[in-house]
Amino acid sequence: MTKKMKLSQLSDMLQDLDVESLEGVTIEGDIELNISGGGGLNPALAYALGHEISQISLHMANIGRMLGFPAEELFASAFGMAEAPQAGQAPTSPMMQELLDSKFEVSKIDNWKSPIQEVTLGATSDDGGSRKSTVTIGGENALPYYFDAEMPHRNYVTMDVFDMPIGMAKAVKVNYEDVISDPAEWAKKVVRDFNADMVTIHLISTDPLINDTSAKEAAKVVEDVLQAVDVPIVIGGSGNPEKDPEVLEKAAEVSEGERVLLASASLNLDYERIAKAAMDYGHNVLSWTQLEINAQKELNRKLMKQCNVPRERIVMDPTTAALGYGLDYAYTNMERIRLAGLMGDDELTFPMSSGTTNAWGAREAWMVSSPLNQDSDWGPREYRGPIWEIVTGLALSLAGNDMFMMMHPTSVQVLKEITQTLYGSIEAEEIDISNWIGAEV
Amino acid sequence: MKINSPLEAYKYLPGTNCGECGEQTCMAFAAHLIDRSMDLTDCTPILEDKFKKKFEELDALLAPEIREVEIGVGDNAVKIGGDDVLYRHKLTFFNQTTYAYDVSDTMDEKELVERVKYIQEFKKFYVGNFLTADMIAVRSSSDDPEKFAAAVKKVMENTDLSLVLCSFNPDVLKAGLEVSKDRNPLLYAANKDNWKEVADLAMNYDVPVTLFAPNDLDMLKSLAKTFAEMGTEKLVLDPGTFPTGKQLKQTFTNFIKVRRAGIDGDRDIAYPIMAVPFTAWMAHDDPVSASYWETVVASVFTIKYGDIMILHSTEPYAMLPELHIRDTIYTDPRKPVTVDPGMYKVGEPTAESPVLVTTNFALTYYTVESDISSNKIDCYLWAIDTEGIGVEAAVAGGQLTAEKIKKGIEESGFDLKKDTTHNTVIIPGLAARLQGDVEDATGASVLVGPADSGRIPGWMEKNWPPENK
Ligand code: B12
Ligand code: SF4
Repeated sequence: MTKKMKLSQLSDMLQDLDVESLEGVTIEGDIELNISGGGGLNPALAYALGHEISQISLHMANIGRMLGFPAEELFASAFGMAEAPQAGQAPTSPMMQELLDSKFEVSKIDNWKSPIQEVTLGATSDDGGSRKSTVTIGGENALPYYFDAEMPHRNYVTMDVFDMPIGMAKAVKVNYEDVISDPAEWAKKVVRDFNADMVTIHLISTDPLINDTSAKEAAKVVEDVLQAVDVPIVIGGSGNPEKDPEVLEKAAEVSEGERVLLASASLNLDYERIAKAAMDYGHNVLSWTQLEINAQKELNRKLMKQCNVPRERIVMDPTTAALGYGLDYAYTNMERIRLAGLMGDDELTFPMSSGTTNAWGAREAWMVSSPLNQDSDWGPREYRGPIWEIVTGLALSLAGNDMFMMMHPTSVQVLKEITQTLYGSIEAEEIDISNWIGAEV
Repeated sequence: MKINSPLEAYKYLPGTNCGECGEQTCMAFAAHLIDRSMDLTDCTPILEDKFKKKFEELDALLAPEIREVEIGVGDNAVKIGGDDVLYRHKLTFFNQTTYAYDVSDTMDEKELVERVKYIQEFKKFYVGNFLTADMIAVRSSSDDPEKFAAAVKKVMENTDLSLVLCSFNPDVLKAGLEVSKDRNPLLYAANKDNWKEVADLAMNYDVPVTLFAPNDLDMLKSLAKTFAEMGTEKLVLDPGTFPTGKQLKQTFTNFIKVRRAGIDGDRDIAYPIMAVPFTAWMAHDDPVSASYWETVVASVFTIKYGDIMILHSTEPYAMLPELHIRDTIYTDPRKPVTVDPGMYKVGEPTAESPVLVTTNFALTYYTVESDISSNKIDCYLWAIDTEGIGVEAAVAGGQLTAEKIKKGIEESGFDLKKDTTHNTVIIPGLAARLQGDVEDATGASVLVGPADSGRIPGWMEKNWPPENK
């Protein structure tokens, strides 16, 4: 049912504003109101009605003005806006006197259901080894340092030692000149002076294109290193796919029971031999692929199914590319692997290791100055190199990497500081930042 | 973005397949809307009045979860925020973290001008572009409106970079705004004490504003809601950047929480986030340690959701890794950065000049190109179409082959026999194993260059021109 109404009636009606009677009102151009019955007046409708009525009154006021009546003044005094708004200013908004109350809430991720496998490196005398302590990595239920779940283990750093003098960036080399020809002393130095959690002995002289050192001789170096330090160790080959299986077999044999990490099994060499050596002598295997998530799944699967390596003996190295030289790929590759693991892909639920030392391959880390004259001054390389290694490692730590193979003592120190800070184990004096703007620097 | 399939976007488009947007079909255009590689306004028909409603609806559906805020004007304006995902591989991150390096209003004039110029001019060549800093943050250490206004003015006289005006004193901010209002600066900051006055300034001058609630996310959200209610959504959130220990861990947690809530659809908190690694200087006295730690904190929050940050150290060993880590995180993971395949002349090559082959992966191409050109070697350089893969990976993956090299050279209409006196091609050291095949395919003699293009100059001295010319 619809009633029609004239403007004169409207003012009457508004006088004793009976809101019920306004329900379903529409206004037509000829300033007749159509009112249809039923229900109460909702705020939106009242607003719309108010809008329409104001429009009408503006229209009427315009007519009034055309007839010579000072309508603006009437409006101004009626609504207390005696002054015209200042030109050039944004329309004034409703300023508030009190803050709106609000509680911040956010939920935890509910599909991180499968924990990352825990892997222990090194064995003490109780377990048939001779290490003084062991290192356990993995066990996460969330992305690193996230509040969704406690991170069970901190990150660990294993420092590189080589079985022969090698070319290094100058900033790195100055730290090792005294030990460069003595792997055992070198290993001692990184543990004693540089706070390495572990040592990696790289048997690169075994490469037929380098010194072609025999597997037997190389194994002696491994024995020396095991004698020299009591932390867990990683044993790396030369990367030569023909020679590595033999070298790592022999190294595994002489370190029987020490639960070392054999680096590496990869798809381009006889990974079965390496896996078997690890099983025969009680070690772990590093499963190394090159920036490819499916290759990583394939190799892990082969290690588990074909070579019967138990889950708690596998660590992955999905490859580290340096800052500015493919870190974008390495970061995302690791992040995807870790997320897939947490969400239940059991071919990827393994802790990860990064060859962070690769950062030293970046020109920015080792070159004296920029090869380009348009570039701004690169500053002293002594400072550039370590931070290149730190930022490369730090990015990967946020992507889920557990263990870092590194070279520069400063890099190790700073990377440990930041990863352990995010992990939550670093106490520091509290700092009041509420007035940081005025800080003297 | 509230929708995630082209089909859902398609429903709102005119559906005429008119091609005005440059795509063959509306469906193809819809796909670009979903991956955010095109803007809705590229479809001109939908801007017509009769589609107004559909346009508005779709526009709202396509809006990024995190609001986009613009700071500055003209060419130096920066946009921050605008993200839709928590992990870059899910799409890509948009609007790279903006780096503002600070100056203070208590610096003497000469020092201030030099610093501003240094920040403005700092650059590092990388894959065809220069990595640079974006903004200047002017800090009021004096707390004196006049001094602050004078400093802001001086900065503006020396740079067009966008500005952050930093003070908790509304009078100081107002003085700064008076001189810089035409530059659309970012106000820093409203906090629980000064928010009314700062809100007033933000509204009246219509500029973006930062809300600062150190380690208090309830307060941060209250401020954001209140400001939105008052009529501005040009907001940046600073949950506080504590530089060390458990406080830093808490800061990390806060950043994760705020961004997760925003992406999950809590509009009240879905704004860009500011980090202030500057605070590292409150924890370290020695400048090298402070710079290092600042870079570390900046890296953490460039990776984890900082959209804009205020930094102090301008040492190259701080700026270079900062600029690189943000490039790392913000490059689009969906496509390798490439250059157009084809022949490029470096310098002014003649028939005597060497012919070099490389890939069209931008990182490879520009590294090689700059190594050659900065050493003033005139030559022809081919970017072979390896689908944007670098030398070693392309050789391993089959994108760089003898056939590809032959095809690449021929397609640019170059004839090794006629156009050179030497009929020789130099291939990258890392592609050495292609040598024989390339000789067979092209009939040219093939030299294997060094593994790193940085050694090309030395290599040339020894090996060029080839002996049996
Ligand atoms: C990033 C990277 C990737 C990225 C590639 C990104 C891209 N757009 O190129 C991705 C993840 C896609 C990738 C994939 C693969 N990769 Co990959 N990858 C790398 C990594 C980490 C860095 C490569 C890089 O970008 N270097 C920087 C660029 C600038 O170097 P560049 O192109 O070689 O150019 C230099 C030189 O060649 C020289 N140069 C270039 N042009 C010229 C020209 C002349 C005339 C001269 C003289 C010199 C010269 O100077 C340049 C500057 O130094 C390396 C490992 C490493 N740290 O080097 C592995 C590496 C190259 N990859 C490798 C492999 C095996 C692969 C895969 C086959 C793995 C797999 N199973 O999936 C795939 C192949 C994919 C494909 N081809 O489709 C191996 C190659 C081993 C080999 N020698 O055969 C490497 C060395 C890793 C390793 N140690 O095993 N990879
Ligand atoms: S311009 Fe619009 S209507 Fe025309 S094809 Fe593109 S999306 Fe469709």
